[in-house]
Amino acid sequence: MNLRKTLLAASVAVFAAVPAFAADPVKIGMITTLSGPAGYLGQDIRDGFMLALEDGKLGGVPVELVVEDDGLKPGQGKQIAERFMGEEGIKLFTGIVFSNVAGATVPDIVDNDAFYVSPNAAPSNMAGKECNPNYFVVSWQNDSLHESAGQNATNLGYKKAFVLAPNYQAGKDAIAGFKRYFKGEIAGEIYTRLDQTDFAAELAQVRAAKPDVVFQFHPGGLGITFLRQYEQSGLMKEVPMVVAEPSMDGVTLAAVGDAAIGLNVTSHWNSDFDNAANKKFMAAWNKAYNRPVTYYASQGYDAALAYASALKATGGSLDDADAFREALRKADFESVRGKFAFGPNQHPVQNWYSLKVEKGDDGKPMLKTVGEVLKDHGDAYAAECKM
Amino acid sequence: MTLFLEQMLNGVQFGVMLFLLAAGLTLIFGIMGVINLAHGSIYMIGAYAGTWVAAETGSFWFGIPAALAAAAVTGAAIEFLVVRRLYQRDHLDQVLATFGLILIFNQTITILFGRQPLFVSMPEMLGGSVELLPGLVYPVYRLAIIAVGLLVALGLYLLINKTRIGMLVRAGSTNREMVRALGVDIRLLYTLVFSLGTLLAGLAGFMAGPILAVQVGMGEQILITTFVVVVIGGVGSIRGAFFASLILGVVDTGLRAYLPGLLRQVMVGPEADALGAGISSMGIYLLMAIVLLIRPKGLFIRNS
Repeated sequence: MNLRKTLLAASVAVFAAVPAFAADPVKIGMITTLSGPAGYLGQDIRDGFMLALEDGKLGGVPVELVVEDDGLKPGQGKQIAERFMGEEGIKLFTGIVFSNVAGATVPDIVDNDAFYVSPNAAPSNMAGKECNPNYFVVSWQNDSLHESAGQNATNLGYKKAFVLAPNYQAGKDAIAGFKRYFKGEIAGEIYTRLDQTDFAAELAQVRAAKPDVVFQFHPGGLGITFLRQYEQSGLMKEVPMVVAEPSMDGVTLAAVGDAAIGLNVTSHWNSDFDNAANKKFMAAWNKAYNRPVTYYASQGYDAALAYASALKATGGSLDDADAFREALRKADFESVRGKFAFGPNQHPVQNWYSLKVEKGDDGKPMLKTVGEVLKDHGDAYAAECKM
Repeated sequence: MTLFLEQMLNGVQFGVMLFLLAAGLTLIFGIMGVINLAHGSIYMIGAYAGTWVAAETGSFWFGIPAALAAAAVTGAAIEFLVVRRLYQRDHLDQVLATFGLILIFNQTITILFGRQPLFVSMPEMLGGSVELLPGLVYPVYRLAIIAVGLLVALGLYLLINKTRIGMLVRAGSTNREMVRALGVDIRLLYTLVFSLGTLLAGLAGFMAGPILAVQVGMGEQILITTFVVVVIGGVGSIRGAFFASLILGVVDTGLRAYLPGLLRQVMVGPEADALGAGISSMGIYLLMAIVLLIRPKGLFIRNS
C-alpha cells in the first residue's frame, strides 16, 4: 500500500545543518546538537567554548574549531567522528550534548587514540567499567545532578516525593540518582515520553497522590512545557518542586518566567558565582551574546580551558599522547565553578549548590545561589573504573 | 472518579488539538492526493507568528488573526509555488519536496527567532482554573481549547455538508476527474482547500503556544501522531478525522494514566513503570495497526 510506504519514509525524517571551515593549526572537532528543539544546548556549548579562545589560541597554541551538528542522532554523531578522524586527522574532540549520542560516538573516538573531553553528557556505563584513559568529563557524571537534588530534598525536610522523568537512559539515571540521596518515601514514579508535549495526564496523578514535593527531570523544551503546565494546573502553589540544573537552565527560566519563582534547583555552577574565572566568563558572555547564559555555556568554556591547559603544557604537540593525557589530568585551569579536580575515572570531583528562583533587581526571575548541598562530590561509579 | 473525569477531559483536549491538524491534512490528502509533510511546519509558523505579534502588541488576541493569516498565506504560497507542480507526481516525490520545505522553514525560523523557545502568556480571562465538579479543578484555557475545537468541527460539518463549496469538496474527494469534467475550477478549489487546512493548523499552533514551548521542530513532534489520526479515521474523511482524534486522544491519555498502575498490580514497581511507559507510547500505533488489519481504509470510510 503506497500510503503506508510513504508514511514510513516520512517518519524517517532527518535534518542537519553543516557549518565548517578549514585551516592549519591544531584542530579540535566539535560534534554537538545544533538543530531541533534541543539546538540551543549545543549552540551554547559551542559559543561558550569559543569565548575561551584568545585570538584563535588556546593556551597560546593556535587552534581551529571544526563544528558539526549531530542532529541528536547517535548514528550521525558516529559518522561525523569517523570522518573527522579519517579525512581531517583530528585528535581532539568535544561537544556532545546527549548521552545517547555520546554512547555511540565516544567509544569510537577513544579507541582510535584520540581524546574526548565531555562538556555535558556522562552516562553511567562510561564512568564505571568502560572508563577510558582518553575520556575526560568536565561537566558532571549524569547521576550526580540528581543525587544533589535528592540531597537537597532531604535537607529541605521533605518526606514524600513524586518523581517524573522521560523513559530513556538519562531519565532512569535521574530517578536512580535522586532516590540514592533522598531519604523519604516515594509517593509515585512516572516515566514520560521523550517526545511528549502534554503532561496533563501526569499532573492529574501528581495531584491525586498529594506528595510533599515533586522531583522532575525534563531537559530543554520538555522542561519548559512541563513547568508551564505545572503552574497552569495550579500545582505550583500546592506542591513545591526540586529539580537539578537540566530542568531549569537560563533559557528555561527566561521562557517560564514568573511561574518558576520559588523553585529549588541544584547546580554545580551558577552565573552569580563569585570567583575571578567566572566573572571573566560572564563579562565575556554578556559582551559577546545578547541572550541568557546557561550552564551548558559554562561547560563549553571549561572544556576549552581544559584543552588549553594541556596544550600549554605540551606546547601544542599531540605526538606524545601520554604527556598530553598527564597534562590534561592535572586539571591545571581556573574553572568557572571554583574548585575542580578529576577523580580516578577522570570525572569531576566538585561541590554542588542549592539555588532558588527569585525575582531579580530588574524584576525578572533569576537563579540565586543559597547554599552548599554536597561537598567534593565524585560519582558512584568511580570505584568500578580500572585504568 | 473525579480523577477519571479529569483524565477524560485531558484526552478530549488532546484529541481536539489533533483534530485541528488532522482536518487539514486529511482534506489535502483526500482531495488533492498530496502528502503534505510541511503541515507540521505550518503549525509552527502559526505558533511563531501569533506569539511574536502577541508579544509585540502585548495582547494575546491580536495574535490570533496574525497566526491565522500567516498560516493561510504560507499555505496558499506553498500550494501555488510547490504543491501545484506535484499533483501528477508519485507520493514519494511529494514527500521529498514537502520534506525539503520542513528543512527550509525550520532553518528560516532559526535565523529569524533563534533556537531559544518562545513563550506567550495566556490572556487574563483564560488563566487560572475552575471547579467543574466538587474536587474536579480544570484549567480554563484547556476548556477554551476544547470549545474552540468543537466549534471548528461544527463549522467544518456545516461547510462540508451544507454549502456549495462543501459539495464540491465532497465530490472532489470521491471523483476528482468527474468534478473537473463538469467544468469546476479545480485549481481554485485546491488552493482554497489547502489554505483552509493550513489555517486550521496555524490556529492549532497558536492555541498550543501558551501550553507548550514554541520552538523549532514543534511541528514534527505532532505530525506523526496526526498522520496516525488520518489513517485511522480514513483518508479524506473529516468526520473520520474528528472521531479518530478524540479516540486517539482519550486512548493515549488513558494508557499513560492508568497502564503503569494496572501493571503494578501484577509485577514489581520499577519494571511496571518502565513497561507501562513503553506500551503506552506504542498504544496509538498498535491501535492503527489493528484498524488497518480490520478496516484497511480507515474506520469511517465505507469499504467499496
